[in-house]
Amino acid sequence: MTQTAADASQSVQTNPKQSQDRRWRSVNRTIRLNGNQPDALIETLHAVQESFGYIDLDAMQYVARELTVPLSRVYAVATFYHYFTLKPPGDHTCVVCMGTACYIGGSTAILDSIHEGFGISPGETTPDGKVSLLTARCLGSCGLAPAAVFDGEVAGKLDAATVVEKIARWADHDSES
Amino acid sequence: MTLSLEELQQIARIEKDRREGFQHRIKICVAAGCLSCQSATLKEAMEKEVSRRGMENWVDVKGVGCLGLCTAGPLVFVEPDGILYQGVKVSDAGPIIESLGAEPIDALHCSTDLPFFARQHKVVLENCGRIDPERIEDYIAEGGYYALYQALRNMTPREVIQEITRGGLRGRGGAGYPTGLKWTTVAKAVNATKYVICNADEGDPGAFMDRSVLESDPHRVLEGMAIAAYAVGAAQGFIYVRAEYPLAVKRLRTAIAHAERLGVLGNGIFNTRFRFDVRVRLGAGAFVCGEETALMASIEGRLGKPRPRPPYPAEYGLWGCPTLINNVETFANVAPIIRNGGAWFAGIGTETSKGTKVFALAGRVNHTGLIEVPMGTMLRDIVFEIGGGIPRGGRFKAVQTGGPSGGCIPEQYLDMPVDYESLAEAGSIMGSGGMIIMDESSCMVDVAKFFMEFCMSESCGKCVPCRVGTTQLYHLLCKITSGAAQPSDLDKIEELCDLVKNTALCGLGQTAPNPVMSTLHYFRDEYTAHIEDKVCPAKACKMQPAKEVV
Ligand SMILES: Cc1cc2nc3c(=O)[nH]c(=O)nc-3n(C[C@H](O)[C@H](O)[C@H](O)COP(=O)(O)O)c2cc1C
Ligand code: FES
Repeated sequence: MTQTAADASQSVQTNPKQSQDRRWRSVNRTIRLNGNQPDALIETLHAVQESFGYIDLDAMQYVARELTVPLSRVYAVATFYHYFTLKPPGDHTCVVCMGTACYIGGSTAILDSIHEGFGISPGETTPDGKVSLLTARCLGSCGLAPAAVFDGEVAGKLDAATVVEKIARWADHDSES
Repeated sequence: MTLSLEELQQIARIEKDRREGFQHRIKICVAAGCLSCQSATLKEAMEKEVSRRGMENWVDVKGVGCLGLCTAGPLVFVEPDGILYQGVKVSDAGPIIESLGAEPIDALHCSTDLPFFARQHKVVLENCGRIDPERIEDYIAEGGYYALYQALRNMTPREVIQEITRGGLRGRGGAGYPTGLKWTTVAKAVNATKYVICNADEGDPGAFMDRSVLESDPHRVLEGMAIAAYAVGAAQGFIYVRAEYPLAVKRLRTAIAHAERLGVLGNGIFNTRFRFDVRVRLGAGAFVCGEETALMASIEGRLGKPRPRPPYPAEYGLWGCPTLINNVETFANVAPIIRNGGAWFAGIGTETSKGTKVFALAGRVNHTGLIEVPMGTMLRDIVFEIGGGIPRGGRFKAVQTGGPSGGCIPEQYLDMPVDYESLAEAGSIMGSGGMIIMDESSCMVDVAKFFMEFCMSESCGKCVPCRVGTTQLYHLLCKITSGAAQPSDLDKIEELCDLVKNTALCGLGQTAPNPVMSTLHYFRDEYTAHIEDKVCPAKACKMQPAKEVV
């Protein structure tokens, strides 16, 4: 009896994906535009990550069912491609470019000083969940190396001090409010 | 809906008249580089200044693609006076509008007589920085889609291929395979369904040519793809773009929608029976997906792992169908060749490398940005004339071409013409066009380690030599840069390089040892200094105190 109730609540839990939530609506639109074709798997995962910031197991199960691909393949694809992340990001993200031009321009020093100042390495988030640090392979702004992206905004000609200052502002500002 | 030649010409005429109607045209770079220097806000400010003065009818403000000199952004170009302004701030908007028709503002003026501009020869980038990438009319006014008309209405597919072959165009994606030959193979393949793919994965970290072309002149790539599809008999095209290039993706999607609406993509183009559709597919941050068989697997929604060739994509490609796959810049060269003839194209460049090449200049050089020069231009001219030399009086050490698959070219090769063969002779490759200049502050062992780390983490893991070999090589290089290596480690490195190069499955592994081999060849003394004297001559590596290793 309780068993079936749990089952029922689980299927209710997946139902919102078809209806109200704006984030799921955008995922569903991508699926529909591609005719529920299995080859739209990467496209669909992009839509999930864009809506939610990351891809969790629940989403993977949903995508597997909608595109009729095995869950194992959804997981394989989601973990093979570096662009996808299975962990929720922090409130703010800083992506430091580690492409050749930025490396020559001194991006290693930037990473070092972020580590020194905030104790995080690439792929990690500060314990308070405020700041995530990521790296990229060339942002295409090599003319302005070293470059980084702060919450979606690209900034160039950076140095370690400027970057640390920007991140510190995030941390401070949010703790005040 | 389909378009006639008259209608195409009319669009061009109306657009030209519209331009003539303005006394001054202000072009603001809104490609990625300048956008990150707030050029979008600048454009808004400029528009506000114009409307505040009620000058909308004679001053046109528009966003254009890359003007080339990314270091000096945001860049603004004023026509018809031909004045280039650099480092323009929002507060400069008013004064620039005031100065129209009078003396240019000295403090912001950037001379276009600089070798950086004067030494370039633009074919691929001819529209970059001139047209608004989000308006198809602008492209048509520059003669756009006329080559497609010519190909469809006045040439057979065979004649199109002959023209490309006569031009001597070679693939710009790295390997330099003759484009005409590739098209012939796909055209010959017998199958009802064929595909055309544009490789816009641009994996070389430190290169941004393809990005700039897509952001500045997306229709040129679409036109090239359509002509190619006609030549090989395909009706469906895909553009595989890195997800890291959101602006390029957005502009491509806009361009496709406009082209479909006008009827230069879709059914019965120019009242022929030819139809062609293009779809954008996003990459997801895997370097190996630039390799053609991995790329096709990725378009099919699978893991981007390469497979052995043959069969080549030309015979067995996307979903098993014959597939033509070319690079962005390769496609960007197609329309001009059809418009001006193969003989014209073959007149540019060297005996074996025809046409021009776009390079992304970056690293320790004064003028970083995007340049296009005829094949065969001297390396010295690129670095010191166009690039303006090394900043802060530094000393040139090496130039890296070909990214993780290429090598470092030292000073003694500076007087070498840049073409496919010469670069290969010097132990590097043309690659896709990334050119990173290094000065004395770069440690060549660390550079080799940097690329090996890249290949190690980008290896897809399918074949053992690449998966294990790159990891072992990386650890050996780490040993050297930390001061813990012995002389015998160099032999191990050389042996491993040879092994990986000859046994890996795909180009990633086969070329991964190149950066190590070329630095070892030209800068062996730096390796030995690390190993024997435990010092890093460039003072870049954190060496362990000597006592620990004795
Ligand atoms: C590891 C690897 C990465 C590659 N990356 C790219 C790339 O980013 N862009 C590209 O156009 N070609 C890339 N290529 C080359 C492609 O496999 C293919 O040769 C090319 O797209 C063919 O186009 P082309 O004949 O116009 O040069 C790569 C090859 C390898 C082995
Ligand atoms: S290497 Fe950093 S933007 Fe290209």
